[in-house]
Amino acid sequence: MAQYIFYALSIVTILSALYVVFAKSPMYSVIAMIVCFFSIAGHYVLLNAQFLAIVHIIVYAGAIMVLFLFVVMLLNLNQEPDKSHGKLLRVAAAISGGMLFLVLLLSLNTSETGTFVLPEKSDIGMVEHVGKKLFNEYVLPFEISSVLLLSAIVGSVVLAKKEA
Amino acid sequence: MEWLPIIDKSVLILIIFLISLGIAAYSTYAERKVAAFLQDRIGPNRAGPFGLLQPIADGVKMFMKEEIIPSAADKFLFMLGPCIFMMTALMTSAVIPWGKPLDIGGYQMNLQVADINIGVLYIVATASVGVYGIMLGGWASNNKFSLLGAVRASSQMISYELAMGLSIIGVLLISNSLSLSDIVKGQEGFHWNIIYQPLGFLIFLICAFAECNRAPFDLAECETELVGGYHTEYSSMKLGMFLFAEYVNMFISSALIVCLFFGGYNFPGIDNLDLPQNVASIISVVIFFAKTFFFIFFFMWIRWTIPRFRYDQLMKLGWQILLPLSIFNVVATAAWLTFVK
Repeated sequence: MAQYIFYALSIVTILSALYVVFAKSPMYSVIAMIVCFFSIAGHYVLLNAQFLAIVHIIVYAGAIMVLFLFVVMLLNLNQEPDKSHGKLLRVAAAISGGMLFLVLLLSLNTSETGTFVLPEKSDIGMVEHVGKKLFNEYVLPFEISSVLLLSAIVGSVVLAKKEA
Repeated sequence: MEWLPIIDKSVLILIIFLISLGIAAYSTYAERKVAAFLQDRIGPNRAGPFGLLQPIADGVKMFMKEEIIPSAADKFLFMLGPCIFMMTALMTSAVIPWGKPLDIGGYQMNLQVADINIGVLYIVATASVGVYGIMLGGWASNNKFSLLGAVRASSQMISYELAMGLSIIGVLLISNSLSLSDIVKGQEGFHWNIIYQPLGFLIFLICAFAECNRAPFDLAECETELVGGYHTEYSSMKLGMFLFAEYVNMFISSALIVCLFFGGYNFPGIDNLDLPQNVASIISVVIFFAKTFFFIFFFMWIRWTIPRFRYDQLMKLGWQILLPLSIFNVVATAAWLTFVK
């Protein structure tokens, strides 16, 4: 059962990810990306990481993509696809993207392969366990990242005040 | 693979689906009757006794109207908008515990579709995804009033989501769990969260009004400024879906308020009566719905009591009053739990 769900989710993930790249209208790209995030959240649930799945939806699908949608909506990029980029830029983009792909491929090639067996009753992804890990073992990185976020908030407020 | 749980859950989902739609339909009738009562009028009384068939007549009318899709609209997104809005409105009901478990021939039937241990986060997630329905619908209409309405509605929902999420944290701290069934179980007897979290409740209530786009926060469809807001271009049943989903949202929000702050299906002294399990279960469901109906009435009551906010007042209330208050509530609750209790 879980295997079929996995295949179905994977197909949706890959197709929607491809659609993000190939869609003509940026609006549809954004929506395909939301679908992609949802199917990735489905993968997290299959791995019994419910907390991660729901936070993924709240943060990415619920907040970041809304922002994307706002920008696309208000700029109204729905007209003709942009042809202003020169040939040089396209070649450069193809080369740099291809290099990244190559590096990823090579790094995966040397990594260990094998079948990963999920423990029968794994509850690592549950809220209690994530919380205990975060506030015991990883408390320093956690606090540092929260300070980072705080500084981003303060920075955006300062910028907004300057504009107004 | 056990088939019994699947059948059990499917039946429960179907029943909750039908009940949600039924209650939403009769909320439209109730709204008109309550409005009439508050304004000293009679209200709908033509279709059936006391006008009770009015929602059915309205539904038939909605379906029969001509369907117009603007020629410059993005047809797919135009149709997707109301679908997403309705779907997210109905999805939240999956984690609400409707009553105590029923005993059917030795099989314990849990009156909650999914007892996940992240129930509260699930609610926040579906609320944040609901914004897409409005945004896509408003944008795809290719009308500036629709777009302005959509931008207003979504920025309002995003702003009030923050304070809503923070106001629930107080409840979570008290009940020590993110699962709604545990939160309700922890309020047994008269240990309702409203007693320990009056501020949290007030913030949650105000945010629920804003999230449902209900008066006094119905700026998204403010007819004096925006014609009809994000659903200006919608007609026929697509418009019906948007309006209907608002009532479903209202029902679900009321049920959530009852779950989080008013003891859910608990009632003082229900355990002392020593009833058989099934009778107790049915009474608990009745109590749950009675409390929920009170809050639906409360939503309508407020609509005819408080005038609409201005847009800057709305944003000021959300960001400068409710958000700091909810943060204060979290800190105060945490301090109380650590030092006093």
